Amino acid sequence: MQAILFYLFAALTLLCGALVIANPFTRNPITSAMFLVLTIVSLAGLFVLLHAFFLAAVQILVYAGAVMVLFLFVIMLLDLKEEERRTIKVVAALLGVAAAGGIALTMIGVLRHSNVGVGLTPATVEGSTQDLGARLFTHYALPFELISLVLLVAMIGTVLLSKKDLK
Amino acid sequence: MTPVGLQHYLVVSVLLFCLGLLGVIVRRNVLVIYMALELMLNAANLALVAFSRFDNNLDGQVIVFFIITVAASEVAVGLALIVALYRRRQTTHVEDLAALKD
Repeated sequence: MQAILFYLFAALTLLCGALVIANPFTRNPITSAMFLVLTIVSLAGLFVLLHAFFLAAVQILVYAGAVMVLFLFVIMLLDLKEEERRTIKVVAALLGVAAAGGIALTMIGVLRHSNVGVGLTPATVEGSTQDLGARLFTHYALPFELISLVLLVAMIGTVLLSKKDLK
Repeated sequence: MTPVGLQHYLVVSVLLFCLGLLGVIVRRNVLVIYMALELMLNAANLALVAFSRFDNNLDGQVIVFFIITVAASEVAVGLALIVALYRRRQTTHVEDLAALKD
């Protein structure tokens, strides 16, 4: 059952990820954004299979919720009609496929010949949300506070960048 | 069917990362390039969660939590930059944005 779900979610993730970057039917960025949502949701499914329940919830809330709404807002703010007429350059596409495919083959080859993960079985007692929270507020308390500062800086930066007359 | 192990998850992660890389190289729209960057971040997250699960170590999940936070703020700032850019240059096409090259 777990294996079937893994292959289902993995195939869904990779298929939707491919459709984000190259959709044969349309070049509309909104379609890309929608397929990115699907990719993120199926990744959340993989997180559930890995027993990372809290992260699966955060993934859907933050990515599929907040980030993608932001993306869609910006796409609708901009007038992207002109973009759809442009085509991908064949040379660039071939070079890109060669580069990305080469890296993928190299990494998978290294993985297959290494013994990473051999003999490792999933933990019998997995980290629950409670354990994750306890760890976040004891051992990682300082990074946790610093990350809130990052959010504050990002918020101020966004407000400044959105001002009408950017100095 | 062989049981799903760490390597299976890592292969999915590698493939997703390379899809994101391909998107960054091939696509010419800044917004779509941004989405491809998100794909790459998510691939790294998947690898970290898989390692955390199979190594019985919760630190990987904490790092993923931080990565998601940083990615969210990065998207907010980046999209604000894109909107500011579009307001000034009326384009989101990377080949029109060559002011530093010329």
